[in-house]
Amino acid sequence: MTGPATDIVVMENIDKSFPGVHALKQVNFSLARGEIHALVGENGAGKSTLIRVLTGVERPESGTIRLDGIEVTIRSPLHAQSLGISTVYQEVNLCPNLTVAENLLIGRQPMKRRHVDWKTMNRQAREILQGLDIAIDVTQPLGSYSIAIQQMAAIARALVISSAKVLVLDEPTSSLTGHETDQLFRVMRKLRGEGIAIVFITHFLDQVYEVSDRVTVLRNGSVVGVYETAGLPRLTLITLMLGRSLTELDDINRHRIESSQHIGTESLLEAEGVGVFGSIAPFDLVLHAGEVVGFAGLLGSGRTEMAQLLFGIDQPTTGSMTMDGAPIRKFSPIGSIERGVALCPEDRKAEGIVADLTVRENIIMAMQASRGWFRHLSTSDQYAIAERYIKLLNIATPSADQPVKNLSGGNQQKVILARWLATNPRLLILDEPTRGIDVGTKADIQKLVLSLAEEGKSCIFISSELEEVLRTSHRIVVMRDRAKVSEFAGDVDEQELMQAIAGGES
Amino acid sequence: MSTLRSVIRVGGVRDSRLMVPIVALAAILLIDLIVVPGFFNLEMKDGHLYGSLVDILRNSAPTVVLAIGMTLVIATGGVDLSVGAIMAIAASVACILIDPRIIGLNLQGNITAVVGDPTYSFAPIPVVIVASLVVAVACGLWNGVLVSFGRIQPMVATLILMIAGRGIAQLITNSIKIIIFNDAFAYIGNGFIILPFSLFIVVALFAGAWLLTRRTAIGLFVESVGISFRASLYAGINEKRIKLFAYSFCGFCAGVAGLIAVSSIRTSDANQIGLYTELDAILAVVIGGTLLGTGGRFSLLGSVLGGLVIQATQTSMYAIGVAASAITAVKAVMVIIVIILYSRQVQDLGGRLVARLGRKQAAT
Repeated sequence: MTGPATDIVVMENIDKSFPGVHALKQVNFSLARGEIHALVGENGAGKSTLIRVLTGVERPESGTIRLDGIEVTIRSPLHAQSLGISTVYQEVNLCPNLTVAENLLIGRQPMKRRHVDWKTMNRQAREILQGLDIAIDVTQPLGSYSIAIQQMAAIARALVISSAKVLVLDEPTSSLTGHETDQLFRVMRKLRGEGIAIVFITHFLDQVYEVSDRVTVLRNGSVVGVYETAGLPRLTLITLMLGRSLTELDDINRHRIESSQHIGTESLLEAEGVGVFGSIAPFDLVLHAGEVVGFAGLLGSGRTEMAQLLFGIDQPTTGSMTMDGAPIRKFSPIGSIERGVALCPEDRKAEGIVADLTVRENIIMAMQASRGWFRHLSTSDQYAIAERYIKLLNIATPSADQPVKNLSGGNQQKVILARWLATNPRLLILDEPTRGIDVGTKADIQKLVLSLAEEGKSCIFISSELEEVLRTSHRIVVMRDRAKVSEFAGDVDEQELMQAIAGGES
Repeated sequence: MSTLRSVIRVGGVRDSRLMVPIVALAAILLIDLIVVPGFFNLEMKDGHLYGSLVDILRNSAPTVVLAIGMTLVIATGGVDLSVGAIMAIAASVACILIDPRIIGLNLQGNITAVVGDPTYSFAPIPVVIVASLVVAVACGLWNGVLVSFGRIQPMVATLILMIAGRGIAQLITNSIKIIIFNDAFAYIGNGFIILPFSLFIVVALFAGAWLLTRRTAIGLFVESVGISFRASLYAGINEKRIKLFAYSFCGFCAGVAGLIAVSSIRTSDANQIGLYTELDAILAVVIGGTLLGTGGRFSLLGSVLGGLVIQATQTSMYAIGVAASAITAVKAVMVIIVIILYSRQVQDLGGRLVARLGRKQAAT
C-alpha cells in the first residue's frame, strides 16, 4: 500500500539546528498519496520544525526532499504552495471581517468587465464548500462562524489556491469541540479518498487512532519509528513518545489519596453568593489549605470566569469573599498577589507569557510586581531565582536569557508556573495548565500540583480533560451555563460527573 | 578562529540594536570628513570649545531630550505627538513668570524690549524652572490619563494637546512674544563650561532616566506593558500607572527641551518653539531601535544616538551647502532608509549573511 511508487513526499536525512538546540537529527519522513499520516511526539520533539522545513519556513542544513520522485529545494511558504504543499495552522490565517466567499477566492475572484462578478464568486465558493459537505451562507463574514468552520474554510482555500497535493494540519483540533472535530475528520477522510496526502499533528492520542492510517513518532529530534496506527497498542505509543513507560499516572492517583489526609479544616478562602452580573451566577465556595479543587465543565461553562473573579481580574457585582476570615475589598491582580493568590491564565499566549522578554524576566515578573517599582530585584537575585525554577521545573531552555517565545508551549507553561511559584502563593489557580502540552509534561504538572497541596497550599485545577481533573482533585466543582451546579467529594463516579456536566435530567 | 569570534561579535552588535545608529553616525561623519574640509576642526576661544562637532551636540540637545522621554512612551506601545506643543507651553510659562508685567501693558503685535535689565526676573529663576516643569508634567499626565483611563488611541489622545497646546501657550502670554533679558535664564541654552551647558543637562537627564528605568523595575514593566498589556495585568503589573508614568516623564522631558529652546533664542514664540520636533523625536527613537507601534524592548542610548544622527545629518547638509528648505526632503529619505533597515527582510538577510560568514570561517 505504501510502496515508494505511491510516496508523494520523501524527506531524507534532514538535519536542522537552532542556537542551543539540535532540532532535527537525520530525520527521514515519507508521505503516501491518499493517507492521513499522524506526527506525534512531546513538545520540542521536532514536529513543528519538520513541518516548517516541509513548508519552506525553515531551510534544513542538510538532507534532501523529493516531491513525486523529483528532488526539490523549498525556498519559501509561497514556493511550497506552488509545489502543492499547503498548511493550515492552529490559528486560522484568514480575514474574519471578509465574507466566506471573499476569503476563499480573493486573488482569483471571477471578473466581469473589470468588476468582480459577485454572483459567480459566491456560487463558486458554495460549490467548493459543498465539495467538503459544508453548507453555509458564503456571503456572511467568516468571523461569524465557529472556529471549526473557519478552519474548514482555510482548508478549502488551501485546496483552491494551490490545488494542494499535500495538506499539513498543525494542531487543528486543539480549540474545537467534539462535534466540530468530527466534522473536520469527515472532511479529512473525504480528501484522503481523493488522493490527497494529509499530515496531521496532534496531542490527542484518541484522534491519532480515530483518523490516521500511519503514525511517525519523533523524540528529541529523531524519528523513533513509523507504524501502522491500527497495529500499534496505545501504551506502546506513549512509551515510544516518552522513552519511558507511564506507570506515573497510577502514582499520581495514589499520591492524591495519600495527600487528602493533610487537608486543613480551617477555610482559606470563602466566597458567599459571589457573582458577576451577566457573566457568572452567584455561587458559594470554600477552599481549604492543602486541598486541590477541580473545576469541571464544558467550554464556556463559566470555569474561566470563576477563576478570573477569584483572582480579581473581574469585580464581583454581588456577594462577598473572605480570606483567612477577613473580608476582601481590593479586587485586583496585585491585591490578589498580596493575599497570596496566583492565577495561571487559560490563554497562555495572550495572558501568560510576555513573548519578547527573557525566561528570567518572565519568571521574576509577578514577584517584582508585588515588590513595587522601587524595591528592585538585583540582576544576580533574578538569575538565582530563574535558575532555581528552571532546575526545579525542568524547563528546557539554553539559558535564562532566552526570549520566552523561543520555548515550546509546555516549557512556556512551566515558565508561567515558575512565575507564580516564585511569589510563594497560598492559593494557586491553574486554568487549563495542560492544554496543548505533551503527555510527559502533563504528568509532571499534575504531580507538582499534588506536592504543592502537600506543602499546605490550596489549588484550583481547571481542565477540559475530565480524566485529569478526576486524577488530581480532592473535590470537584461542576459548572454549567455560567453557574456552579454541583460539587463532588471523595470517590467520584465518572458517569455521574459527566451527567452533572451535561445537565443530568435526561 | 579569531575572525570567527569577531563575526560572532558583529552578530551581537546587530542584536543589540545599536548597530544602525552607530553605523549611520559613522557614515555621516565619514562623508563630512571627505566632503567638508575642516569639519572636524575644534578650537578654544575664551575657554569655550567651538567647531561643527560641538554645534551638532549643542543643536541636538532639545531633540535628544525629547527622544529620551519619547522612548518610554513608544516602549509602552504608544506615541506622544504633543511634545512640541508642551515645549511651547513650558516656554510660555517660563517667560510669563520672568516678565508678567508685559501682559498688563496690553500691547499689540510684536513687542520688543520693555524691561532691559539682565538681572530682572519677576519670580526667582529656580521657581521659574520648577513651575515650567510642573506644568509640562501636568500636560504629560493629561495625555497619560486619556491613554490609560480613557483607553483612547495614543495618537488620537496626544493629538488633542498637539493642536490645543500652541493655543494654550499663546493664551498664557496673551499672544505676545516676550523677550527675555535675564542672563541667568539665558545660561540654560547659551552657557558654556568648556562645552555648551545644555549638554550637561542632556547627560544628567540621560543618566537620571537610565537609573530610573534600569535600576528600578520601571524599565521591565514598561517593556512588559508594551509587549503584552494583558499578560502584564495578569502578572500584577498596574499597566495604567506605568502608562501614566511614561507620559508624565515624556511631558517632563518636553518641559526641559522647551526651557533649553526658549533660553537659547531668548524669546517666547508660541508658534515656533518646538514646531515639528515631535517628528524628530519619534524618528530618533525609531533609529535607535525601539519599535514604533508595537513597543516593547527599548534602548535609551539608541534614542540618544538616533537624535545625534538626525542633527549630524542636518548640520552636515548645511555644511555641504544644501538649502534649508531641502532639509525636510533629506529627513524623508532618512525615514525611508530606517524603514528599510528595520524591515523583517533586511534583518533576516543580515542574519543569514552573518551566519554564512560564520560557517565559512568555521570551514576554513
